[in-house]
Amino acid sequence: MISAPDVVAFTKEEEYEEEPYNEPALPEEYSVPLFPFASQGTNPWSKLSGAKFSRDFILISEFSEQVGPQPLLTIPNDTKVFGTFDLNYFSLRIMSVDYQASFVGHPPGSAYPKLNFVEDSKVVLGDSKEGAFAYVHHLTLYDLEARGFVRPFCMAYISADQHKIMQQFQELSAEFSKASECLKTGNRKAFAGELEKKLKDLDYTRTVLHTETEIQKKANDKGFYSSQAIEKANELASVEKSIIEHQDLLKQIRSYPHRKLKGSPLCSGETEHTQDQASQAATTSNPDESADPDLYTCRPAYTPKLIKAKSTKCFDKKLKTLEELCDTEYFTQTLAQLSHIEHMFRGDLCYLLTSQIDRALLKQQHITNFLFEDFVEVDERVAEKQESAPPRPVPGRPPSRSLEECPIPQVLISVGSYKSSVESVPIKMEQELGDEYREAEVTEVSSFDPQENLDFLDMDMKGSISSGESIEVLGTEKSTAVLPKSDSQASLTVPLSPQVVRSKAVSHRTISEDSIEVLSTCPSEALIPDDFKASYPSAINEEESYADDSEGAIHFQASVSPPELGEAEEGSLENPLSQIDSSCCIGKESDSLRVPLSTPAHTPSEQDGVVSIPPQRCRQKDQGFRVDFAVENTSPSRDNSSEGFPADELDQNRLLASRDASKTSLDNCSDTTSNMSSVASTSSDRTPSSAHPTGPSSERHKKRAGQNALKFIRQYPFAHPAIYSLLSGRTLVVLGEDEAIVRKLVTALSIFVPSHSRFAKPVKHWVSSPLHIMDFQKWKLIGLQRVASPAGAGTLHALSRYSRYTSVLDLDNKALRCPLYRGTLVPRLADHRTQIKRGSTYYLHVQSMLTQLCSKAFLYAFCHHLHLPAHDKETEEVVASRQASFLKLNLGLVNEDVKVVQYLAELLKLHYTQEAPGTSHPTLRFDYVPSFLYKI
Amino acid sequence: MLRWLIGGGREPQGLAEKSPLQTIGEEQTQNPYTELLVLKAHHDIVRFLVQLDEYRFASAGDDGIVVVWNAQTGEKLLELNGHTQKITALTTFPSLEACEEKNQLILTTSADRTVILWDCDTGRQVRKVSCFQSTVKCLIVLQRLNVWLSGGNDLCVWNQKLDLLCKTSHLSDTGISALIEIPKNCVVAAVGKELIIFRLVAPTEESLEWDILEIKRLLDHQDNILSLVNVNDVSFVTGSHVGEMIIWDILDWTVQAYECNFWDPSPQLDTQQEIKLCQKPNDISIHHFTWDEENVFAAVGRGLYVYNLHMKRVIACQKSAHDSNVLHIAKLPNRQLISCSEDGSVRIWELREKQQLAAEPVPTGFFNMWGFGRVNKQASQPVKKQQENAPPCSLELIGDLIGHSSSVEMFLYFEDHGLVTCSADHLIILWKNGERESGLRSLKLFQKLEENGDLYLAV
Repeated sequence: MISAPDVVAFTKEEEYEEEPYNEPALPEEYSVPLFPFASQGTNPWSKLSGAKFSRDFILISEFSEQVGPQPLLTIPNDTKVFGTFDLNYFSLRIMSVDYQASFVGHPPGSAYPKLNFVEDSKVVLGDSKEGAFAYVHHLTLYDLEARGFVRPFCMAYISADQHKIMQQFQELSAEFSKASECLKTGNRKAFAGELEKKLKDLDYTRTVLHTETEIQKKANDKGFYSSQAIEKANELASVEKSIIEHQDLLKQIRSYPHRKLKGSPLCSGETEHTQDQASQAATTSNPDESADPDLYTCRPAYTPKLIKAKSTKCFDKKLKTLEELCDTEYFTQTLAQLSHIEHMFRGDLCYLLTSQIDRALLKQQHITNFLFEDFVEVDERVAEKQESAPPRPVPGRPPSRSLEECPIPQVLISVGSYKSSVESVPIKMEQELGDEYREAEVTEVSSFDPQENLDFLDMDMKGSISSGESIEVLGTEKSTAVLPKSDSQASLTVPLSPQVVRSKAVSHRTISEDSIEVLSTCPSEALIPDDFKASYPSAINEEESYADDSEGAIHFQASVSPPELGEAEEGSLENPLSQIDSSCCIGKESDSLRVPLSTPAHTPSEQDGVVSIPPQRCRQKDQGFRVDFAVENTSPSRDNSSEGFPADELDQNRLLASRDASKTSLDNCSDTTSNMSSVASTSSDRTPSSAHPTGPSSERHKKRAGQNALKFIRQYPFAHPAIYSLLSGRTLVVLGEDEAIVRKLVTALSIFVPSHSRFAKPVKHWVSSPLHIMDFQKWKLIGLQRVASPAGAGTLHALSRYSRYTSVLDLDNKALRCPLYRGTLVPRLADHRTQIKRGSTYYLHVQSMLTQLCSKAFLYAFCHHLHLPAHDKETEEVVASRQASFLKLNLGLVNEDVKVVQYLAELLKLHYTQEAPGTSHPTLRFDYVPSFLYKI
Repeated sequence: MLRWLIGGGREPQGLAEKSPLQTIGEEQTQNPYTELLVLKAHHDIVRFLVQLDEYRFASAGDDGIVVVWNAQTGEKLLELNGHTQKITALTTFPSLEACEEKNQLILTTSADRTVILWDCDTGRQVRKVSCFQSTVKCLIVLQRLNVWLSGGNDLCVWNQKLDLLCKTSHLSDTGISALIEIPKNCVVAAVGKELIIFRLVAPTEESLEWDILEIKRLLDHQDNILSLVNVNDVSFVTGSHVGEMIIWDILDWTVQAYECNFWDPSPQLDTQQEIKLCQKPNDISIHHFTWDEENVFAAVGRGLYVYNLHMKRVIACQKSAHDSNVLHIAKLPNRQLISCSEDGSVRIWELREKQQLAAEPVPTGFFNMWGFGRVNKQASQPVKKQQENAPPCSLELIGDLIGHSSSVEMFLYFEDHGLVTCSADHLIILWKNGERESGLRSLKLFQKLEENGDLYLAV
């Protein structure tokens, strides 16, 4: 297709794989791991030079048939964002790489114009002059008035960080595909409407012409036709033809999804799934798409116009705007989706990667993660996961959740019906995830079959070109026949292939050349994401990234993959369980348990605030999870696209705001809007509240909570028993006069409170009335007002009456009354000598510790033999002693720690068995244990 | 307990005086109830609980509604609305013979002077009777005769279809406070200070009518009779407001035993002083009885007494078992006694033989070996004497359940599901054995895993 002499042999790196790293002359113990980002600059977070814009943005451009490439709008629509960046130039650049074969018109051998349903193309392109790198997503919209009925558009995600584009390619692609689908669906709708109008016009014209002809016929009975009559007849004939053509077009556009569905060469399982989804989409309360055929027919009454025989010249008319092309509703949704994308990919790459890994891991623990995670985010994902991974044990799915999934009409159906990458591939990968694990257990994590990889790359790269100062690497994948192969291969090789070696060559190139352009046009988009994942990231990977490979690997491996260590244990577990929660298997070995547990407490302390593992490292070890990202990224945005904007006014406002080439502080504006959307949609970000310019908004909230928790731990020597109370489900009452102080502490301590369900933490920030038994059942952390007046005596008496159910932290007297704690878990969790200084760091530390705890609880709750008698004669005592020894020996729990795990296990059981989680409060569990008074 | 919270010297004086109240610390190793579930459906005092079957019970109270619950899950199954005023009595009702489906029925009566028969499976009102002159205060079902009786200011006899068969004349304005069935088609009704024995005459060849005849009035009580229960096949027992307990022969209605001073503190001299201090007349009224083969357990004032039918004496007592009047007691199969009280707490007691008796001979023998036998014998003499007077058994507090914020009116014990308590704070609390529940949850978990096909047993 395209060729050029100076193509870099992108796939020819096998020779390096022979001896990946034989350089170091020093013995290993002396070699200092090189900083993985050294090639790129001393500081990986330093802004790349040359960029003329302050942060990433999305640009939508059109190749106008009248004026050529032109930028249409940017998201965020803020001149400050793109600054002096030349949008026109860049539009030209990105529009010039549209390789999609968009042929519309009269194909030879066809009587009527055929609509070609072109797949979008996705391109990565760099421009060193502008210091900009872009993911470019080309799409074609239909316009009856346009030349060949098509209008080429493109959406570009522009960033100064090429790594970000490359590594987030899959996610970007998935997200943009959704935006594109949304646009295209709206466009088809609009186009069909347009056609109908046109048909009515034509019909009307025909009738008029017909009557005119009849009149003429009647007028002259001379037996021959006047030239006028003949002209009329010709006109009539052309109108007839036009009608047929347009009807055909209408039929084509209407049959679009169905045709696509039939034509998709998916394997049987997949098709099933697709249909599944389609049917699901159909059954969901989706007014637009479920009534798909109606969609295009139900039009408001339209008065037809007479059509002049001669069509207007194309330069006379004003071309339709994008919004007109796509139906306002869909256009708004697309904008919402795009701003969601902008929001989603904000921030540094390493941040994105870690949060993705984090989310992916969280998703893996869909049975336990309700305990300590913020549920807004994981919620849909879990649902998604269950939906997409049939072989998994599906915990009680709340009906409410399935409802949540519903309102995603357009995306869902399009996803279901096209053979697009958005849905189908991640699903498939998901299913194979298990295989990967099994494989991972057999082969070493780092093991790698070069042959496989070679194959894989081969398949990917059919050709690559470069022109002038820029290099273009082009991978075209036209054939859908290869699909099954690539899929299976991808899933097998992706997670294990070390890109270490390849990167060497590539990084040379990075230095030597001005810009890189990686292009891939794939009609079957399904191929791209994982393939890219596997091969491309390495292209921009620095060679040093493997320097600390071993070290990092160990670290990461421990927490990501279930190594053989866990196998013995796993054997006793049920198979599916081990699969579900592979990350739960950390520290299954009781020996290795204490070591990894204690280290995290100190590691972050050394380089406070800096992630100790270079973020890029994770990618390699983590490919297995990579597949999940696609899913997880899909879900929130889907959510967003539909649910996020239930109110039209909101959209309108936002539209107005973003369209008015605004002079006001757009940053604010976009923030608030996106924030609004996230609030409304309960979607992606962990953080449904508070507008924060960078990153997910509740980051700040967490940070503060972490900071205050840290303060509490440092300030109060009896923090441990207090935290133990929270973890073991004993209600902690924080008593104080000052509401602000109490609230602050309650918020801080709430990070230790296990949730009962996904919906809310059982935390009551401020109460001033006497507590009641119901409160202890409902709340596990209560801020209570201390009133000096006699009225307050009732409160205190109630508290003392129910003292057996509560621990009381008296802020005014700096005293705590609660049961004794002698475990080892909380000291690790809340070490008052910790070097962690930052709230967010501490929050993460707590999260990780709690996750480990959850995994223990999971193991305990789901170990069959622990809870059921092995045979009929076994007494309860035997079972109980088995439980005790498991907790003690296998999980390494001492003293009161056992109760924490038992409590969490109870919550897990309850949550798992509940028909509809969140409907009932769990019972109040308590122990008859003496309390002690701690005082400063 | 939270003295540091409430403030040092502000402990009410009264509490110090009530020190004989036996308390148990927070460590209650024998208390099995480590889980609770608060059930909320009523809007007023919940006074009655009745067990329907192995897993269901009904609750009723002053708000006039009857609620059917699942004792295992705490799920509210049905709410029966029909009475406009507070419910005064309820009882389970044997299914009609004619009825095909054996649904569980209950009979409720209310201050609105109606009686309603409910179907507890469907929540339907089966029948309603509203021709009463006065509030019905008690209901009993005589299954043998297929009739049921309602006691208000008069006593009415009804058949299963809720047709009035016959009734007595107006008995008193205070009305019948309790009714029990005794052999020979008789019932005993407590009306004020009197016990009236009625005989039911079933229709025979001569007369097709039912009739109810007053046989005898027993006037032995000095004060209002508060409690009346069947103890066994040979006797029934009554208790009055001034603490008289009379055991009657069930056949000839003669007094078998009369105790009116058994709460007399004289045997326990050391506490006499204090008991006098806090002994109010109210403290000796007998609110409730329960019994087993050997003993009658009486809730007297705020104390508990165990009266042995064979020995005809009190074998164990707990004079101040609660802070306030004990309202309901029940004997569990495992020698445990549960009591609930106006003070809002429920306490679990265990009837134990006093240890000294068994332990006595050992030290004697031991000391004999060393030649101290004589000394010891003398020393043991007074001990023995004391023991003869003192009750041979004791009620040991093994746990208390604190949850209600107001008086606990009644409770119900389920062998499999734990204890249900109802209270004036409008709540019902389900107390469960935490360990057993945990096991059940595990079972459920694995069942669900199995249902989902996710359970593969490790080979």
